[in-house]
Amino acid sequence: MSEQTTQYKPSITIADQQAAAGKGAREFMMDVRTTDLEVNMGPQHPATHGVMRILIRADGELVTGAQPHLGYLHRCAEKIGENVEWLQYLPYTDRYDYLSSMNNNLGYSLAVEKLLGIEIPRRASMIRTICVELNRIASHLVAFGTYGLDLGAFTPFLYCFREREWLLMLFEKICGARLTYSYLRIGGVFNDAPPGWLEEVEQFCDVFDEKWVEYRDLLMMNHIFIKRTADIGVITPEQALDFGLTGPMLRGSGIDWDLRRDMPYMLYDEIWKAGVYQIPLGSGAQGVLGDCWDRVYVRVQEMVESIKIVRWCLANIEPGPTIAELPKVLRVPPGEAYVGIENPRGELGHYLVSDGGKVAVRCRVRGPSFCNLPILEDIMPHTFLADSVAIIGSTDVVIGETDR
Amino acid sequence: MNDGNALYRFLQPHAPDFVPDWGVVLTVAIIGVSIVIAIVGLIALAGTWAERKVSAHIQCRYGPMYVGGWHGWAQALADGIKLISKEDMIPVGADRMLFMLSPSILLGSVFAALCAMPLAPAFYFGYIDLGVFMILAFSSLTTIGVVMAGWASNSKWSLYGAMREAAQVVAYEIPLGVSLLAPLLVVGTFNMVEASNAQADYFGMGWLAFKNPFVLGASVIFFIAVLAETKRAPFDLPEAESELVAGFLTEYSGIRWSLFFMEEYAAMFLMSVVTAFFFFGGFESPLSYLAMKSFGDGYVYQVVCFLTLAAKGSFGIFMMMWLRWTLPRLRIDQVMTMGYKYLTPLALFCVLGAGIWEAIKHAVS
Repeated sequence: MSEQTTQYKPSITIADQQAAAGKGAREFMMDVRTTDLEVNMGPQHPATHGVMRILIRADGELVTGAQPHLGYLHRCAEKIGENVEWLQYLPYTDRYDYLSSMNNNLGYSLAVEKLLGIEIPRRASMIRTICVELNRIASHLVAFGTYGLDLGAFTPFLYCFREREWLLMLFEKICGARLTYSYLRIGGVFNDAPPGWLEEVEQFCDVFDEKWVEYRDLLMMNHIFIKRTADIGVITPEQALDFGLTGPMLRGSGIDWDLRRDMPYMLYDEIWKAGVYQIPLGSGAQGVLGDCWDRVYVRVQEMVESIKIVRWCLANIEPGPTIAELPKVLRVPPGEAYVGIENPRGELGHYLVSDGGKVAVRCRVRGPSFCNLPILEDIMPHTFLADSVAIIGSTDVVIGETDR
Repeated sequence: MNDGNALYRFLQPHAPDFVPDWGVVLTVAIIGVSIVIAIVGLIALAGTWAERKVSAHIQCRYGPMYVGGWHGWAQALADGIKLISKEDMIPVGADRMLFMLSPSILLGSVFAALCAMPLAPAFYFGYIDLGVFMILAFSSLTTIGVVMAGWASNSKWSLYGAMREAAQVVAYEIPLGVSLLAPLLVVGTFNMVEASNAQADYFGMGWLAFKNPFVLGASVIFFIAVLAETKRAPFDLPEAESELVAGFLTEYSGIRWSLFFMEEYAAMFLMSVVTAFFFFGGFESPLSYLAMKSFGDGYVYQVVCFLTLAAKGSFGIFMMMWLRWTLPRLRIDQVMTMGYKYLTPLALFCVLGAGIWEAIKHAVS
């Protein structure tokens, strides 16, 4: 072969081992030689939900070390944000976490609106809240369904997608897109809800309330499912705080922190004070506090809380304008702003700096998946290979966002 | 052996004088093997189609609807043509010999096991006194094929799958064999035709599982062990799609891959049939009882018996599919725990109980 072929060279060769073991052991070492197996889980693997690659060291079925590798889906979103106009960047936000595009739109819009210092119409806020919460449900349905898929339960996944399909149809009716909406704009929403849309959302809420119980009983309370997820991948509250986890990952460990209540934006303060929703927390009901089951169950419960918020909005929505008056070419006053919102996966923060021009000077995104990922390295060792799949699934990362 | 073979009995008087006896035996063997191969092919075709339809209807979908017109019946055929015409790929670094051999070993062992299966009370390829023993022995051979496939693929995922299969089968062979002892104690024969005939009383409902409560318990254990043996969910760890990509199948494609599937469905059918024979009446059902009463043991009875067996086998496959599309997968240590700690002692308990029950019944009568 040519000299260009690079040969894999292990750090400790067999000859080294033999020399270290001495002459007597040589024959034995030739026959029985055990080392940890290094397995590349991903970037092409059914359980990594995209193109994440996790380098697993395994001793048989036992995982002794794990290291996530990122960057297979990097699209320079932040740099693009510093090169396109304020409004033009909005579609790029869709693409970080493609399962919760409405939330991403909202995070960016709120940050720009904070810089602009504008009031947005109340009806726009209501429609935004409805869309964002429905999108949270759609996102959690995927998280929940694919989690079943990771554990080998195929059917709940398709049930979840049946409901998600309805949601996507609702989104399609309101903005024409099914995945990358770009519907929540700077200053409000793109257009008013079409006639009959709000009633259909109400129908969805009614149906979903029943279906939710079904899903919980089918998967969450399944004995095998509990055996596979309880006591697995435990994140203690201290660990959760140390790693800066947010969202269901944090609440699964029993820490009561939800940006909708604790750093309220839009109407969430009002909704919380009206006593509409609770914040579900992990309780260690089936095992230890902060295990995989807790994290997944927090997501399942959050879906119902979102339904309650949507119902409140439907009851209180009033006619009015849906977008604030803004110039065609947006010039944002100089300054900086940070807005963090509660994405389905945790805190999605946008830090924007403006020098008064048409484009941002700095556009920094704090993605929840990216910040929730490093804990894998700590909780994956000393589990079984099958558990590592359960743990990856319970973190519910979207690779589009870790890489951006 | 030849005396018991229906084909031989049929052909022997019609054979011309110049054909020696071994010629007739050879003809019988060729015809028999062709029938078995046809059965395996049919089961695989119908099985893959049924799996899709069953899973689809469980999941609120339709499944294949277009190919062939009626509910996509020709989908499996079309898939077969696609698989045959695919490029035959063997990964670089694979052990070519073992890689090519392993599907053949798998399929061969299932063929051999199927040869011991009687198709009707008077139609079988061999009146084998240790029939079920032969089936269990040959179906255990499939493990070797899987381990070979995993080792030869030169892929870490495949190796994981192979090791899991080996561990799992060792753990579940024990409850499989032991729980089968319970009905064998009651019926007193390894011969499948005789076992079936012994269950013809009570209008064809004198099934062993209903005659002795411990046999009913053993049937549940046997069925669970069968799931593990045939690598079906929730024990599909050797394949474990979401964990091991596709386990020992990862590097296989095209026709070789489809051979694995043929083996899987044939093994599922075979084990369902064994379950039927020794727990749930074999050929016997009220229908075959009626056929026997009205037409004697002629062709009508034989056909009804064959259909009864096919229905029971299909129902067994349906149960396996139903479980597969409902339950999550177990973890390897849980599989081992279940096999060694629960199923094996329970199976032994069932054998003991069945024996005592029979002894008491004998003493009372």
